[in-house]
Amino acid sequence: MVAQNIGFAIIAAAMVVGALRVVTTTNVVHAALWLVVVLSGAAAQYILLAAEFIAVTQVLVYIGAVMVLFLFGTMLTRSRIGTDSGLNNSYAKLGIPVAMVLFAAMSLALADSFGTEELPTDSSLINTQQISDQIFGPYLLPFWALSFVLLAAVIGAIVLARKD
Amino acid sequence: MFAASEALKTLSSGWFLENAWLIPVIPAIGFAIIIFFGKKLPMKGSEIGLLSMFASLVLAGGAAMQWIDRVNSGTKEQFIAPVVRTWDWWQIGGMHFTIGQSIDGLAVIVLVVVAFISTLVQLYSTEYLKGDRRYTHFFAALTLFSAGMLAMVIAEDTILLLLGWEIMGLCSFMLIGHWWEDGANSRAALKAFFTVRTGDMGLLIGVAMLYFASNDWTTENLGVSGFSIRGISAWALSGEPNSTVILVASIALFIAAIGKSGQFPLHTWLPDAMAGPTPVSSLLHSSTMVVAGVFLVARLYPVFFTGFDILGTGGNFITVIGGITIVIAAALAFVQNDIKKVLAYSTVSQLGYMMLGLGAGAWLPAVFHIFTHAFFKACLFLGAGSISHSASHHSFDMKKDMGGLRKFMPITYTTWIISTLALCGVFPFSGFFSKDEIIDNVGHNGYQLFMIIGLIGAFMTAAYMTRATYLTFFGEPRGAASGEHHEELHDDHATSHDSHDAHAVHDSHGDDHASHGPHESGWRITLPLVLLAVLALSSGFLNATPFGAKWERLKVWVEPRPEVVMETAPGGPGHAYVLALPSAEEGAYKSPCGSETPKEGVCYAPKLQHAPFKWSKAFLSLGIVFLGIALSWILSTMLYTRKDKRLVGLTERNAVLRGGYNLLINKYYLDVLYEKVIVKAVAGPISAAAYWFNQKVLDGILHSVAGVSRVASGWLYRNIDQRVVDGTVNNSGKATKGAGGVLAPVQSGKVSQYGALLFSAAAVAALVLVIINS
Amino acid sequence: MLVNQFLFLSALLFCIGVYGVIARKNAVLVLMSIELILNAVNLNFVAFALRNGSADGHTFALYIIAIAAAEVGVGLGLVLLIFRNRRTISLDDLSEMKG
Repeated sequence: MVAQNIGFAIIAAAMVVGALRVVTTTNVVHAALWLVVVLSGAAAQYILLAAEFIAVTQVLVYIGAVMVLFLFGTMLTRSRIGTDSGLNNSYAKLGIPVAMVLFAAMSLALADSFGTEELPTDSSLINTQQISDQIFGPYLLPFWALSFVLLAAVIGAIVLARKD
Repeated sequence: MFAASEALKTLSSGWFLENAWLIPVIPAIGFAIIIFFGKKLPMKGSEIGLLSMFASLVLAGGAAMQWIDRVNSGTKEQFIAPVVRTWDWWQIGGMHFTIGQSIDGLAVIVLVVVAFISTLVQLYSTEYLKGDRRYTHFFAALTLFSAGMLAMVIAEDTILLLLGWEIMGLCSFMLIGHWWEDGANSRAALKAFFTVRTGDMGLLIGVAMLYFASNDWTTENLGVSGFSIRGISAWALSGEPNSTVILVASIALFIAAIGKSGQFPLHTWLPDAMAGPTPVSSLLHSSTMVVAGVFLVARLYPVFFTGFDILGTGGNFITVIGGITIVIAAALAFVQNDIKKVLAYSTVSQLGYMMLGLGAGAWLPAVFHIFTHAFFKACLFLGAGSISHSASHHSFDMKKDMGGLRKFMPITYTTWIISTLALCGVFPFSGFFSKDEIIDNVGHNGYQLFMIIGLIGAFMTAAYMTRATYLTFFGEPRGAASGEHHEELHDDHATSHDSHDAHAVHDSHGDDHASHGPHESGWRITLPLVLLAVLALSSGFLNATPFGAKWERLKVWVEPRPEVVMETAPGGPGHAYVLALPSAEEGAYKSPCGSETPKEGVCYAPKLQHAPFKWSKAFLSLGIVFLGIALSWILSTMLYTRKDKRLVGLTERNAVLRGGYNLLINKYYLDVLYEKVIVKAVAGPISAAAYWFNQKVLDGILHSVAGVSRVASGWLYRNIDQRVVDGTVNNSGKATKGAGGVLAPVQSGKVSQYGALLFSAAAVAALVLVIINS
Repeated sequence: MLVNQFLFLSALLFCIGVYGVIARKNAVLVLMSIELILNAVNLNFVAFALRNGSADGHTFALYIIAIAAAEVGVGLGLVLLIFRNRRTISLDDLSEMKG
């Protein structure tokens, strides 16, 4: 238990730092790389939460595909690789209080409702089979919709990006 | 208190008497039929008119016979109660308005006269107005007139009398203006209507005054309202009325009679009324309508008797008017060239005789004169029509278009002469028995001055009628009478005649005059003439006083008995209790009626006196008449035929005579007085005042209102419209613009701003949710 | 392990992502911040899945991952197109509104 907590703490710290660096760094590529840190941290958290399938999917899809996409996008849009001043717009000042208020509200709510509730340790772990049962069972319709979305996204991306 | 009275007999009645109300109703229905269907009928409505009048005549004749039976069924002194039937047609607040008939001797005699002459005139008109443009309407109006007069005669109450009176006035207007395309005719119709209307105000005032004065007494004593003629008569003789009230009422009623019967000063309309067709003149303006005024006085005689104190004085309002009328009208008849105008003035003069008789207490002679005058005057008028129709080519000018006609028109000539002699009062024609009785009784009752006036009038009547006869039937034929050519005469007609149909507006008619000269008229014209002439000869014998009491039929049948009547039931047959033994001779007993209040019961008629006949008086008046005829004959021959140098142009040479002549020609300047002075004096200031009122007051108000509204609207515009209303509109626009300007930056197009807003809102919402739920 | 630690972490990441969306000028960076948000949500779902012992949370997390991928693909396609037309992907310059 203690090891999990320590593990959690270290990974959480890394994630937070990484997130902060994503939103504050002036270098776009750096921001992408810090995002990778966050994403991997999330994958590690999933492992801690006994959700291996999700962790793996996270790594495969997010880090493997999405981040590559981001990097492609960065390159193709000739954002300056290297420092770039003024990546913050005029509302940056507004963003901090908003985020803080939001965090405060959420924290209050969480503290209020969950308090010091512990995660169950003896529950049966969820395996992939159960996940697939859910997908192809009650949540079949969203699955189909999702497939259409992906189809649309694919076609859309091609249409948008082709040179005509 | 009472002496033993005879057992009085119940009076007989009969179907005709009970249903005499049909007599005016039938012509009224006839009128309606003619108006609606007349044009489609084969004889254009005249057959309905004739039939209805003939039916009325039959009914009137039947009623007359039954009345005579009724009189004979009673005793000599018994009051012969009229046959009364009434129907309630309106009740309000305790007042009952009834309509009904009251048939007594006076009503019967006038009914017979009116029905008879109406029938004859209708027959006459079928020939006289053949082809006329408004043939149907003429007969409709003629029938309606008869209905109106008959209704007035049978009327039991003053309201029906008033109704009949007004209908007659209306029909007179319509008939005088029958050929209204000629302006003179419509002016004459209007003049007639307005002049009579002026008098009619008197009738309204009189009826109203009598109602209010008598109603209490009549309802209490007789159970009838103050409109009932019997009630008013009884009230007048009861000694109850205030003398001023009844005097004023009598004057008011007599003013109406002055207007309707053409007495001075309202006589000016009668001569002008000759503009109407001759049948109209003979029916309305000689025998029937103009005697309505006389009838009114005769009907309501107790009122006048008491009001003017007729047997007490030597002269009263009625006699004065009557006397003046006799003389001035006779004088005017001398200067007329139009034959109908001569007859019109003669009518006015004779009406003056009737009024004089009534005013002097000679009730029966005056009523008898109505009877005889109707026949001979109608005959004279119809004769004039016959002359114009067949001889003088529609001209009535004696000097220009007549003369020597006795050779061509024997029937017309003979009937004319008979009627003229009757008019002059020559024995044994009817006028002698009626007119001379008037003069005689006038003198007997103490009105000596008026008796002399009556004799002078008789002289003048004889004189002017001789002149007219001479000009028409003797001498050499002049103008149209000599068969002169059409065309030249037309222009003469158009310019010289204002009182009869100008040829230009006359319609087609059996136009064979152009081919031959004057000739006798057809049977439809001559038959009425003959009938009337026969009556002019014989009707006098119905009341031939000279031959003794046995010959005085009308006195028995028509004169109401001046006895005290005890009404056992209201309107029921009266039983007269005689106060003393009856005696046939006058002076033996006196009925209190007319001189004192009856102690019990009521009086319906005052006691009158009758002058005993003396042949000496008769010879005096006959002598005067013959003198008049002779003088006039001589003068006419000298002036017109031999054109004696001393006489021709005399009025131009002699200043006095010229002045007199001008006075007569201008009808005493009365027309000038009425039309130019009185009417202008009344109408002029009124119209000037109305104009002033319109310009200064009404327009002033208008202008000031306009000015005020201008100022108000200006203020309104500046302050309210511009400032308030426009201000509101403008400011709302500005406010909207401002709000829009304020809100526009929200849509800046900047994605980051959208995102910022979105998440800020989410944060706030989250906060709120948390706070609420915790 | 407390449930709340995961939930707090997720909340924190969410807020940081929100700040990023608001504050960043570069369109790509905005999309990255959105990724942060989505990941935070994923974490939340999985934590709850474990707490409740059901696979619903996992399923949702998978769906979110798939959606995120699609979204990034299309999003970057758009960004590319914008860059081609405007030669800039700075959000400040991409406004044509006049107000």
